Amino acid sequence: MLKKPAPIARFAPHRIILALISAAVVGYMIYFLRWDWLADYSDKIWIGLWRTVWLLALSVLFGFLLALPLGLAQANGPKPLAIMANSFCTVIRGTPLLLQLWLIYYGLGSIFPTIPSIRQSELWPYLRQAWPYALFTLSISFAAYEAEIMRGAFAGVPKGELEAARAIGMSRWQCFRRILLPRAFYRALPTLGGEVVLQMKATPLVATITMIDIYAVFSKVRQDTFITYEPLLFLALIYIVLAALLTLVFKHIENRNPVH
Amino acid sequence: MQLIADISTSLSLLAFSPPGWGGALLKGLLSSLQIALGGYGLGLLIGIAGACGKLYGNAVCRDLLGCYTTAVRAVPELVLILLLYYAGSDLVNQVLHWLSYPPIDINGLVAGIFVIGIVQGAYSTEVIRGAMSAIPVGHIEAAFACGMRPWQVLKRIILPEMLVHALPGLSNLWLIATKDTALLAVVGFTELTLITKQAAGGTKHHMLFYCAAGLLYLSVTLISNWGIKKLDNHLRHTKAST
Repeated sequence: MLKKPAPIARFAPHRIILALISAAVVGYMIYFLRWDWLADYSDKIWIGLWRTVWLLALSVLFGFLLALPLGLAQANGPKPLAIMANSFCTVIRGTPLLLQLWLIYYGLGSIFPTIPSIRQSELWPYLRQAWPYALFTLSISFAAYEAEIMRGAFAGVPKGELEAARAIGMSRWQCFRRILLPRAFYRALPTLGGEVVLQMKATPLVATITMIDIYAVFSKVRQDTFITYEPLLFLALIYIVLAALLTLVFKHIENRNPVH
Repeated sequence: MQLIADISTSLSLLAFSPPGWGGALLKGLLSSLQIALGGYGLGLLIGIAGACGKLYGNAVCRDLLGCYTTAVRAVPELVLILLLYYAGSDLVNQVLHWLSYPPIDINGLVAGIFVIGIVQGAYSTEVIRGAMSAIPVGHIEAAFACGMRPWQVLKRIILPEMLVHALPGLSNLWLIATKDTALLAVVGFTELTLITKQAAGGTKHHMLFYCAAGLLYLSVTLISNWGIKKLDNHLRHTKAST
């Protein structure tokens, strides 16, 4: 009982039995539950999936770009900047994302129309839709969580490497681009993958501010057809597949990691 | 002058007695905290059992627990909450039906605690498993050699020793639990976020109420952080002195 458990063989007998049982359950579900709605909604499902994916990709991209200065300011920045960055992260990480989303969408959304210069600006047609608010909030949230990781990653880069780079005569910017950023990025990579999966799990919240993502499509299916479980199970399956794909991609990038 | 009048009307909306919403917000905060505490506690129990199963259980048990933690960590909380909320209440009513009792309406509080607990359980299983495997095997062997039963070993050796390693992860989970309660607003449970939305929609003072609720959540986080720091110092101190 005390020994570290031996790894389980990939095709151990009990696994085959478990696989058979789960195959039977899936077969039962496919055969006896109602799936006729899938054909009617397949177009909408694809559109919803596409929206979820680009929302995830863009918010991770913007969030990561924003996390770099936030993390750097906390790790190596002057004191006032570090305090500002730190309090920004604390506020975002200390409040629920759903509340932030509603604050931005309903709060800012109720203030913008009262300002004439915004109503007459080029951006107004976009600001009347939900997705800019969703993208903004998700990016800010990802930035705050990722900045915490980047702070540790920046702080963990050995001082000697930076001093060596400076001694060779690299400028501060070259130092950052050639040494600090790549080293910190590869240090943060294992946690970055986990953060992206967490961000994916946060995307369905945008359905509450009327953005039609994959979650909202399935809510619509449930409202239209009065079927409770089948859409939810299918939706869960889609998210599991997405999470598995993300994990695979990050494993692949991690294995190419030149730093060991 | 106009500004002062604006601020005073805004603040009167946060008064504790109706028509102010302050009391309702605090009541919402209380039910949020209740769910967070209950769900976190349930999650800890599941986590301890799951970690023991993953470390000391047989192959079937380990595989099943692996499926549980992987699935829960891959599916958004919002979807899980809907699934567990409907599936859980259906299941209870099915069982009641077999026992020939009339169906009941599941209490929102109980359902919320159950859902948050299942979600938290998956994460705390991983945290506690990691912390448990950091305990030197010799300590556990010594306890067995003294003649302790497995239950006593768990209570006297494994759990206290594991706590130091698990504290960062577990405190993170507590903060997540307090924020995850907001998701129950989507299934219509009246906790802080939903009450805030009702107050904001009713009075049209969106910014005021969302910021007030944000401050409440933030203060919970900051107070928790302070408590966690104290606990961490205490644990480190006791560990260093032994």
